[in-house]
Amino acid sequence: MNHEAQRLLTSMLRIRRVEEAIAERYVEQEIRCPTHLCIGQEAIAVGVCNALVQSDKVFSNHRAHGHYLAKGGDLAAMIAELYGRATGCCGGRGGSMHLIDIEAGFMGATPIVGGTIPIAVGSAWASKLQNRKEVTVVFFGDGCFEEGVVHESINFSALHKLPIVFVCENNDFSVYTPLKLRQPERPIYLIAAAHGLQAAIGDGNDVLKVHELARRAIAAARAGEGPQFLELKTYRWREHCGPNFDDELNYRSPKDIEAGFADCPIKRYTEVLARKGVETGSFIERLEQQIRAEIDEAFTFSDESINPLPCEASIKIYA
Amino acid sequence: MPEERLRRLTFIEAIREGLDLALAKDSSVIVIGEGVPDPKAIFGSTADLQGKYGANRVFDMPLSENGLTGVCIGAAISGMRPVMIHQRIDFAMLAMDQIVNNAAKWHYMFDGKARVPIVIRMIVGRGWGQGPQHSQSLQAMFASVPGLKVVMPATASDAKGLLISAIEDDNPVIFIEHRWLHNISDHVTEGVYRTPIGQARTLHEGRDATIAAFSYMSLEALVACRLLKEKMSIAVHLLDMRTARPMDTVAVLNSVERTGRLLVADTGNKTGGLAGELISQVVERMFGFLKRAPVRIASPDHPVPTSPFMAAEYYPGPREIAEDVIDLVGAARDTSGYRELCSALQRRNRHDVPSSDFSGPF
Repeated sequence: MNHEAQRLLTSMLRIRRVEEAIAERYVEQEIRCPTHLCIGQEAIAVGVCNALVQSDKVFSNHRAHGHYLAKGGDLAAMIAELYGRATGCCGGRGGSMHLIDIEAGFMGATPIVGGTIPIAVGSAWASKLQNRKEVTVVFFGDGCFEEGVVHESINFSALHKLPIVFVCENNDFSVYTPLKLRQPERPIYLIAAAHGLQAAIGDGNDVLKVHELARRAIAAARAGEGPQFLELKTYRWREHCGPNFDDELNYRSPKDIEAGFADCPIKRYTEVLARKGVETGSFIERLEQQIRAEIDEAFTFSDESINPLPCEASIKIYA
Repeated sequence: MPEERLRRLTFIEAIREGLDLALAKDSSVIVIGEGVPDPKAIFGSTADLQGKYGANRVFDMPLSENGLTGVCIGAAISGMRPVMIHQRIDFAMLAMDQIVNNAAKWHYMFDGKARVPIVIRMIVGRGWGQGPQHSQSLQAMFASVPGLKVVMPATASDAKGLLISAIEDDNPVIFIEHRWLHNISDHVTEGVYRTPIGQARTLHEGRDATIAAFSYMSLEALVACRLLKEKMSIAVHLLDMRTARPMDTVAVLNSVERTGRLLVADTGNKTGGLAGELISQVVERMFGFLKRAPVRIASPDHPVPTSPFMAAEYYPGPREIAEDVIDLVGAARDTSGYRELCSALQRRNRHDVPSSDFSGPF
């Protein structure tokens, strides 16, 4: 298996297992914050972030674990943040929906839908004004595309030809509401194209396809060709918020659910590798052990971390 | 230094000079707003700045108040120091999400790992039929948000000094200008100087009563204070608060300790306003020192209509302030001094343009 294949597979499987471990522990009711898992959507985070370098910037949203980890965010600091520990990446001030690892280039995730889109554009604007060659990527969902601020931000990014890549993860749902009840039948990415962006659409569960689209978009943004837009189709396996499956609510048909689960990005990628004659079994076996050990270590780190005190809640309001 | 040798600038010229100096001093300072480089240049406050510093420092802006506030926040956390401008504070309501949810919280929610050094200038309109959506005084709304600082200079000198302080501050600062202050001049020192954020300033000395005033009401109160002294020998200590958050409560407490009487004058609506907040703080901490119930002077709790006929009695001014002070100190009205005061306070020009009685300096 070549280096790139190892990286893509490792990163996807690591995110999957971290999310599953969080779901498993969530029922203990010690992770006391809203938590949105990205199981089923890993290929987008991994395909895009693996086309970036460390100095590039990433912004995200309420469902941020995958983006944070794929960009190199510290796992133990994220787990500790979920548990509200002083050692969390936000010192316990943020929780699952607010993640940051500036050293890794993960500049912030926040849960107001559309909230980080203009912030990311501002980051790209600063890079351009300061003649730095960084690219900024912002991840958001199909629901976010309905926010006015997204169009304000895209307009400005096109006007100033900013080095930014907008990545729309289209999983067809905003909580329980399907896209067809929220938007007319027209492709999201063509609206971005109409704003003057170079825009493409692709299968978000095909990590190689995502990676290829992202590489091209990031290179174009870095070369000064202006903002890029990717619409990537994917599928959310679990409930909007929380650790469970919610198929009993019947907001998605059994047929769709079955097809969605069958479209697992990790399974698909191992099948691609198998078709090329690449043997992945022993690699994955070792990988599973490594990941398990890393996850155990991260949870232990959190368990052993000190808790912040109520009296600390009133500091750090001002710089 | 003899007065004639001191330089006089209008409030708007002082703002422009502050921006000019900040742009010259620090290459990370950028200026953006709807109309910044246009022929009117935000009432002249950004005139020629794009020519001097270039189109990569001084920008016009799409009509996207919320989006561009977020863009400026993003630039601020990435090393820039944006100054954003709204020709009316009412337009900033479109940007409340980015101001309240992001600018005010970014430093806190990320455990102090990032800073948001952004200044947002907002202009409060008044008169000439500005009406319900072009003349609101919304400072209390911003001042209620932890993480924001809110400054409201009343003089040209403080406008420049507070603007430079705001630009150099590592936090989001809401910089509120009252349109009726723009053409009033004051002695303004050349070069860079800073007026500290969160510090009130005495505009008039006295021991009979305390007035704490915000923005344009400081001027209105000063007119009242001078006449009360001259005509009725009532000496009022007038504090121009200059900052709405953090408020200089200590300065007010120190004054009330001497006077025992307090009036707070603000340009905003009465309910939920700065005046009520400041009075609460004083009552909580110095109830025993108060000789009379404190008084609020504020705009009535309804929007201002456009018609000059309907708007004629909307804004309280020096007359209302003086009458309340007379009640606070319990002075008699059956005096020639009171009649002279009333006569001096009669409006001679129309109510919907600034009074020509006062032009500075302070």
